[in-house]
Amino acid sequence: MKRRQFLTVPVKSLGGLLIYTMAGEPVRLKAQEGDVKIPLRFFTEAEAKIVRAACARIFPTDENGPGATEANVIVYIDRQLAGPWGRDKYRYTKGPWVESVPEHGYQGKETPQEIYRAGLPKLGADFASVPPAEQDKRLTAIEKSQFFTVLRTHTLEGMFSDPLHGGNAGLIGWQLVGYPGPLMSYREQIDKYNGMPFELKPKSLEQMVGHKVAGWEDEKA
Amino acid sequence: MQRLKPVDVVIVGGGFTGLLLAKELTHRTGLTVEILERGRARQNGEYAAGMDELDFAIRLKMMQNLSQETLTHRHDARASAVPVRQYGSFQPGTGTGGAGEHWGALSYRFTDELFRLGSHMRELHAGSKSLENVYAADWGVTYNDLEPYYWRSEQMLGVGGKAGNLKGQKIEGGNVFEAPRQNEYPNPPHKRAYVTSVFQKAATESGYHPYPLPTATLSQTYKNPDGVTRAGCEYCGFCTRFGCMIGAKAQPTNTLLPLLANQKKFNLRAGSQVRRVLHTDGQATGVTYTDAAGNEFEQPARVVVMASWTLNNSRLLMLSKIGEMYDPATGKGTLGRNLTHQVSANVRFFLDKPLNTFMGAGGLGFGIDDFDGDRGFDEKAGLLRGGTMRVQSSGEGPLQGFGRFPAGEAKSTWGSEWKKAALKWHDKSASVAFEGSHFPYRQNHLDLDPTYTDQWGDPLIRLTLDWTDHERAQANMAIRVSNELVKKMGARQGDTRGLGKYSVTFYQSTHVQGGTIVGASPETSVLNPWGQHWKMPNLWAMGGSTFPQSDTGNPTLTILAMAYRTADALIDKYFKHPGALA
Repeated sequence: MKRRQFLTVPVKSLGGLLIYTMAGEPVRLKAQEGDVKIPLRFFTEAEAKIVRAACARIFPTDENGPGATEANVIVYIDRQLAGPWGRDKYRYTKGPWVESVPEHGYQGKETPQEIYRAGLPKLGADFASVPPAEQDKRLTAIEKSQFFTVLRTHTLEGMFSDPLHGGNAGLIGWQLVGYPGPLMSYREQIDKYNGMPFELKPKSLEQMVGHKVAGWEDEKA
Repeated sequence: MQRLKPVDVVIVGGGFTGLLLAKELTHRTGLTVEILERGRARQNGEYAAGMDELDFAIRLKMMQNLSQETLTHRHDARASAVPVRQYGSFQPGTGTGGAGEHWGALSYRFTDELFRLGSHMRELHAGSKSLENVYAADWGVTYNDLEPYYWRSEQMLGVGGKAGNLKGQKIEGGNVFEAPRQNEYPNPPHKRAYVTSVFQKAATESGYHPYPLPTATLSQTYKNPDGVTRAGCEYCGFCTRFGCMIGAKAQPTNTLLPLLANQKKFNLRAGSQVRRVLHTDGQATGVTYTDAAGNEFEQPARVVVMASWTLNNSRLLMLSKIGEMYDPATGKGTLGRNLTHQVSANVRFFLDKPLNTFMGAGGLGFGIDDFDGDRGFDEKAGLLRGGTMRVQSSGEGPLQGFGRFPAGEAKSTWGSEWKKAALKWHDKSASVAFEGSHFPYRQNHLDLDPTYTDQWGDPLIRLTLDWTDHERAQANMAIRVSNELVKKMGARQGDTRGLGKYSVTFYQSTHVQGGTIVGASPETSVLNPWGQHWKMPNLWAMGGSTFPQSDTGNPTLTILAMAYRTADALIDKYFKHPGALA
């Protein structure tokens, strides 16, 4: 049986420690010490480190605010791939498989899981430890591939989807763009905030409804 | 195969039209009614924890599961088709309520000439080259026939809007180009979002006639004539592709299903996919269906009504070998002809202020019809009919909205420079969206795919469909007018999308129509104007599949109006004297 895989990350790297003031300025709270071990559902630890490093170049942490590392995007991707979607349970997967015109979209046989497994070696086993400039060079080299397209899309989804899916840790993605989350009503605001930012500390779906909400990736299919 | 107890009426599909007919039949007759719905059972009020952009707007949790069944597409009859493996230029619903659960709730009436487009185009453009191979048809139903049914549908849904043509009197502030209405809308229009006000002002200053979009997300608490009360919209923005958390959006499960709850002669069987309509000697005798576990059943019935999503009505007739297949080479046959979609184009624009685009409702916005229908005519451009342009605030979270910025702000699609531009311009853009009527062409049609099959091994439906120069001219006109409006708004122009070849890689609208059309003659249509099969009087169909051509406006309200008319025909005519009504 396969050994249970974990990804070890420093607590202080994760979202929730960064908060935004109403003026949109990031403020770092006193960092907690120590590491957190995150159980992986699909990736091996080595794979997870590569994906985490690649996401950090796609949506970097920089002078414009936190990025994929703080949002814990890697956990989002790991869960999506482990779930039914990662195994193409919602895509038509009968053959014959034929190449077609671009207007017919992705016609490949590979599932999202297989796309990652085939794509990761192209980044190199040492990807997580090489300098950022070298990482960018390797990512640029595969920019046109289906793997990169999926990886980029997943990085954004992990930044901005509800934390119930594993990313957007501490609602860091929503704070970054000033999105309040799934509020029940804007009846009193919609025709008043004309061209003005609606500044409210975001809440997640679970915080809004007051109970745990399961993502689709957790459903059996 | 297990043979079940016969019922009077079996309805294929538990969406808007199926539930509407079941409600009319059970409330007005003593007939036994069975609905067979392929998807899962849904109840009113199950969407409270459904405000999740990823699962619903991106992964499309409410739509048909394509791993079980999809469709195939090819651009022309010489090519072989490939399956649409993931969504998709349109998004078929499934489960109780069907696409009516996750629609955007725009509730247009069609224009009156659309019901007699065949004769209308011949009068206006006799001999025009652009009309070659166009099957524009008269429905055998007129706008005036449908007007009372439109009113019933608007009352049932609680549509909010502003009349622009009340009994022939034009009213500024409403859509002055709409067909004459006998009544003001049941409810007032929605509140305005900033960006829709900016558009309204620019359109007015340009001499156009902007109107608030008619929509079935209630603008206030409303009790409909059936006694169903629903709350007013809260503008939460989880609307199109979502079920409404509070039931402000009219959905089959909150307008019709509650009225069927205590009907003893009604039953809805979910997870039941109808595979064939059974028939002998020109009469339907029932249907066969397969349940989720793979068990097969025969459900005998006196009358069979097909109320499934557009393409599936045609597919069911083809699989059941009922009627003559349309052949584009000869122009003979009727089943599968007049396949249409809708013509779309999009011009994105950027303002230098936050727009709070996460607030809104599916149909919240303003539109202009100054270039719709014959007003779009431009001989030099090869354009016969135009379409509508709108700006909406329909609710968009960061998964859908992040990453947009004006051209030139960043070179890459990832990394620090890209992130900076995307953050700077986040929530500062909207688009002028164009929607235009699509002519039915000789070459665009439906048949069964010879290669690809569904989960049960039945052939998938195949679309042979491409845009022509006329649709590209429609889109180009829209882009030109939109660009002028963007300038007027003082906005910066962003990406523009026109039309190339038909593409299944991006969403356009779920308004696919035709294939099982009504018409004045059995030579050119499958159904008579009541929705009854020309050659099998106890077989009926409802929905977008019955429309000979698509109009600019969203089709749901017309689908409902036609369904009410079909219900009246069945109850007041057919069941009194069973036989052909035309």
